[in-house]
Amino acid sequence: MMSTPQTLYQKIWNAHVVEQRDDGTCLIFIDRHLVHEVTSPQAFEGLRVAGRRVRRPDLTLAVPDHNLPTTARLDANGNDIPIADPESAQQLEALERNAPEFGIAYIDATDVKQGIVHVVGPEQGFSLPGTTIVCGDSHTACHGGLGALAFGIGTSEVEHVLATQTLQLSQSKSMEVRVEGELGPGVSAKDVVLHITGVLGASGGTGHVIEYTGSVIRALSIEGRLTISNMAIEHGARAGLVAPDDVTFAYLKGRPMAPKGDDWDAAVAYWRSLATDAGATYDKVATINAADIAPSVTWGTSPEDVLPITGVVPDPSTFADPSKQEAAKKSLEYMGLTPGTPMTDISVENIFIGSCTNSRIEDLRAAAAVLKGRKKADNIKWAIVVPGSGLVKQMAEAEGLDRIFTDAGLEWREPGCSACLGMNPDKVPAGERCASTSNRNFVGRQGPGARTHLVSPAMAAAAAVTGKLTDVRTLMD
Amino acid sequence: MQPISSVKGKAYPLGLKNVDTDIIIPAVWLKTISRSGLGKGAFQTLRGVAGNVFDDPAYAGAPILIAGDNFGCGSSREHAAWAMADLGISAVIAPSFSDIFSGNAFKNGLLAIVLPQDAIDRLMEVAKTDDIHIDLETQTVTTPFQDRFAFEIDPFRKHCLINGVDEIGLTLKSSDAISAYENKISASQPWLSPNQA
Ligand code: SF4
Repeated sequence: MMSTPQTLYQKIWNAHVVEQRDDGTCLIFIDRHLVHEVTSPQAFEGLRVAGRRVRRPDLTLAVPDHNLPTTARLDANGNDIPIADPESAQQLEALERNAPEFGIAYIDATDVKQGIVHVVGPEQGFSLPGTTIVCGDSHTACHGGLGALAFGIGTSEVEHVLATQTLQLSQSKSMEVRVEGELGPGVSAKDVVLHITGVLGASGGTGHVIEYTGSVIRALSIEGRLTISNMAIEHGARAGLVAPDDVTFAYLKGRPMAPKGDDWDAAVAYWRSLATDAGATYDKVATINAADIAPSVTWGTSPEDVLPITGVVPDPSTFADPSKQEAAKKSLEYMGLTPGTPMTDISVENIFIGSCTNSRIEDLRAAAAVLKGRKKADNIKWAIVVPGSGLVKQMAEAEGLDRIFTDAGLEWREPGCSACLGMNPDKVPAGERCASTSNRNFVGRQGPGARTHLVSPAMAAAAAVTGKLTDVRTLMD
Repeated sequence: MQPISSVKGKAYPLGLKNVDTDIIIPAVWLKTISRSGLGKGAFQTLRGVAGNVFDDPAYAGAPILIAGDNFGCGSSREHAAWAMADLGISAVIAPSFSDIFSGNAFKNGLLAIVLPQDAIDRLMEVAKTDDIHIDLETQTVTTPFQDRFAFEIDPFRKHCLINGVDEIGLTLKSSDAISAYENKISASQPWLSPNQA
């Protein structure tokens, strides 16, 4: 019997249905649960109050990231340096206590394996293709770059997964975003996903799980695919997916928590069967031409406010949608920008290279390639490079990238979420601008009053060199 | 969860599009390890601006918020729902919500009601002077002026909201089915069990 052609998303969904209710809602099994300190304390508390245990501690991995300062964590004698902010310290301690109490593996802040959850999962081989992965963090979509159905959940759902290893879910619609052609010089995965967000809008993918396809996506490394899927949520999608292929398998093979030996072969055979079948259809399709994608930058306070670096600050009165006009006016006021200003005339005082979008080794290499033999501009007050994990840090140091950064006048930090959000000491001062490789330019995201311009690692490096938003192509030979 | 079947009262006519979770509750408020007390930080950045609806005495204590497209976009922080509940809001009406926010709202008995933009425009008008009434049982939003807007809601969610169902307790009744699933997978895909690093 011929079965109906299915998408990658449908295959993963079907493989995880524990029960289906009459109204179509399904009880979905969760293969992997990542836990960090911010969204879990109330969930553990809920379990304690109800006298419940964690059903599958073996499928759960805890790591602190959001609150950790990115300055040295050990003093000269190898002792922990205490965390100054009492509330951050309390939240970190809660995780350190809760993980062993509930039998969950915990990666300590001083462990070389520590890092941002979404960097650690793939790096350890904890995140695998075809699995369902959740975390109390919206950028969990990131793991979709490996072909996993990964999505962010709230704290009540964290508690639900801890207690039952399942979630009650309704199936999302499916969407294909096809990126065809070849990327020009200086154009990276980050530019692709910023461009997609600009085209689809911040809610363009709402209610959908997006599969990114096409020659551009196939040609990307896993780091690049993780960057793209990471920002699926910024165009509203529940999750992003890239079909697993040989690039994926080569990346995962030999990772500490990945299958080994015969198990590995069985796993690869299964993963190969997951690709979307010929003839399967999506509920929605968008096609993007790679030739249209330039090094990109945001001008406003929504990730959909994207322009090519060659563009000018838009005039809100030219927007068709009146509510968008209003929002754009407010954004420009907050950002301190005047319509018509060329993007490359905008000076920045701060540079942030890091976050779960762009803190993997390839991102650091791209930034270092621009900074090599150059110095940061005099008007740059603060410029930090924050590797996504201790292992990324180690690798970068082995390649000498840390020296390139420090020689250029940038600071080389310990892994964590850092200036991606204002929860730890790394913040952008009010009224100042930051060229940032993170994923959100919301009002106050990098600190109260901070003005964020989202860019790729190479573009952030270029801005560090000139002190302005800069077309990185002008610095390439 | 407390059962909820209707909400009646004033509404904050916010109307803003893309109200993200950093607007609802900024990151500095996320360091709490409890669910309560977040109302103080709710909509902090908007409240800094003169003439904002949240500090307008005309709407003080309103149980309803009216907003634009894509409400609650951004992070998965359930603190957004907790902060709104702590502020006394029981329902949000908007043309669309982020998926994660509407899930979080539901888990906290906060109604996230989807209505088309023209209905929103009308309710924004009404909210300036009069009360709005949301009835979950009949799935309608009404005003004292004969306006009547019907909305859709997932039947399972409706059932849980009206009866105040503990969802974890409900799922735990399916423990046998979960065990059967686990056994099936450990036989067919033993490699799915992670190697402990
Ligand atoms: S780096 Fe930023 S987006 Fe990523 S998990 Fe940390 S806070 Fe969230």
